[in-house]
Amino acid sequence: MSTLANLATRIASGEIRVVDLTHTLDPDFPVIILPPEFGQCARFRMEEISAYDHRGPAWKWHNISMSEHTGTHFDAPAHWISGRDLPRAAVDEIDPADFIGPVCVIDCSQGAAQDEDFELTVPLIEGWEAAHGRIPAGAWVLMRTDWSKRRGAAYLNMREDGPHSPGPTPEAIRFLIDQRDIRGFGVETVGTDAGQGSHYTPPYPAHYYLHGAGRFGLQCLSDLDQLPATGAVLIAAPLKIKNGTGSPLRVLALVEET
Amino acid sequence: MTHPLSPPPKKNPQKRSVSPTRPPEVRSRAALHLTAAAAEGRFALQRCADCGKVQYPPRDACSACLSTDLPWQDMAPGGTLIAETTVQTSPRLYFRERMPWRAGTVQLDAGPTVLAHIHGDVKRHARVRVTVRLDQAGQGVLVALPETDTPNMEDDPLMRALSADPKHRRVLITDARSAQAPALARALQKAGAAIIFAGEPESWRPYPQRAELEALGVQILPMDVTDTASVQKLAGEIGGKTDILINTARFLRPGGVLDRGDTGFARDELEVNYLGLMRLAQAFGPAMCARASDGVNAAAAWVNLLSVGALSNARPFGAYSASQAGAYSLSQSLRAEFRPSGLRVMNVFFGPTEEDDWYQPLPPPRVTASALARSVVDGLQRGLEDVWCGDIAQDLRDRFRRDPKVLEREMTLGGEGA
Repeated sequence: MSTLANLATRIASGEIRVVDLTHTLDPDFPVIILPPEFGQCARFRMEEISAYDHRGPAWKWHNISMSEHTGTHFDAPAHWISGRDLPRAAVDEIDPADFIGPVCVIDCSQGAAQDEDFELTVPLIEGWEAAHGRIPAGAWVLMRTDWSKRRGAAYLNMREDGPHSPGPTPEAIRFLIDQRDIRGFGVETVGTDAGQGSHYTPPYPAHYYLHGAGRFGLQCLSDLDQLPATGAVLIAAPLKIKNGTGSPLRVLALVEET
Repeated sequence: MTHPLSPPPKKNPQKRSVSPTRPPEVRSRAALHLTAAAAEGRFALQRCADCGKVQYPPRDACSACLSTDLPWQDMAPGGTLIAETTVQTSPRLYFRERMPWRAGTVQLDAGPTVLAHIHGDVKRHARVRVTVRLDQAGQGVLVALPETDTPNMEDDPLMRALSADPKHRRVLITDARSAQAPALARALQKAGAAIIFAGEPESWRPYPQRAELEALGVQILPMDVTDTASVQKLAGEIGGKTDILINTARFLRPGGVLDRGDTGFARDELEVNYLGLMRLAQAFGPAMCARASDGVNAAAAWVNLLSVGALSNARPFGAYSASQAGAYSLSQSLRAEFRPSGLRVMNVFFGPTEEDDWYQPLPPPRVTASALARSVVDGLQRGLEDVWCGDIAQDLRDRFRRDPKVLEREMTLGGEGA
């Protein structure tokens, strides 16, 4: 049996589990909030065109609208100023093979439960590698915080001094790019950067370094607790939007039952 | 004195709701000036420019000298009730349902004798104040009130029909996040509103005044006027007990066309200020129209808060003004569409506000939330269609009426340059 036929058979039999890491596109799902002078991320919206009625007797359909960065979404290098001059920086230009790859999940859920500004640091990554092995080149690295289980105001966790949610330090992101050559970095929070990420140098280091190096971001992921630390394969293909800087998408993981 | 209104009993769920009926609507074009005055609470009559005679009813020519130069002027309201009758039957459904009905003639101090509805507290041959009110057909009618206020006079069935008094009514403030929401809730409570609901968009984003609304007992329910499903959902839940709807949802940013350079904020302005109004009306309008004669807490009014920039574009809020002009035009369509039910549409126009951060760089005067709330409640109690809150709104209204082109030219100055 070919590898692909074997894969299909094992998915059908349940030996390989398909895990959905995607939030439902819901008009009430939080989006990132910027100072009001800036342009804002559009919320997901859905307008009925017809519903088996006088507007279309036998069919129901909707017009939908949203930002490229609404809901569970993909960040392309073109999203950030550091990546704007890179080749193949927009979602429609990226090699589709890059959308599928191995995934390492660093469990920060305990730390994030105790400290809403919890930081993923280089020592933490090295500690994870001591237990699970070195992060392979070309891997997706996901920061599990169980933040996707939060609801309502607790998700953005916005206060007078801005949002509070976990994220990586500038050094940790540089380490993952420079030392481990990762494909991209994914989180359960609204941004790859910490809620207070604007106060690092450089501001928003995950966005700045990842996209400047042509790497990808995945945000608003859910259910990362369903993934093993290593061994799963991530499928994260954004919509093919011309010059798109990102896209809502369905993120799936293939997990081999052992 | 008028017997004070009691809170209405709970509806008998086995009885059908009363369908709205209306008094006659047809008027001559000349008579519509009376309605125009009533729409903003003024009592005006024709005074002949040639011979000075004040006449009623309105005509196309002076009954004394046949002049056609008949400007409408505000009149002193004083008069004496000289004759009255109590109508016991009528072929008109609206009046049949409200019999007996008191009507009479008043000798106005200003000259003419007028036919008027008579408030229950007016004694025979007494001195009266004549006021003009919009009836449920949306037409101006004359009402003789006691010369001085009497206790609970606003509770007279006649006055209830000629107003949209918040007393005992259930009010929906559509956007709890509006800078004007807490002041509105306080004013409505003071005016005797039975329940105040407030729609809350994006509950995942905290805002300080939520605690203030909660402390006032406002019932905060999820609704975002840009999300059709959420509007339909709330209308499904409380549309049948929304007696007054006050649309406070507003998206405001400075900027015109060139200084913005994109359509991002303009889209938000249209989504909230124009399409938001349309979504609310499509979801809440039908049930409110159906309940426009539903007893003491019948659905009574739809209130739009509009920037006076709706009349003539006001830089530096050019694009926002355009969205307000759209909302104003839509409100006129709503008036026409609500008219058969008797549900009123009241537009409250105002200039820059004190509490909205975006007006911070503008010099005073600015409209405070409490002033705006007072205007809303006063307008509802008097059954008005157009309310002009604050000096800027009133000034722009007057200049617009004098000459819209002159106003436009003043509002679009290029500034001195080379």
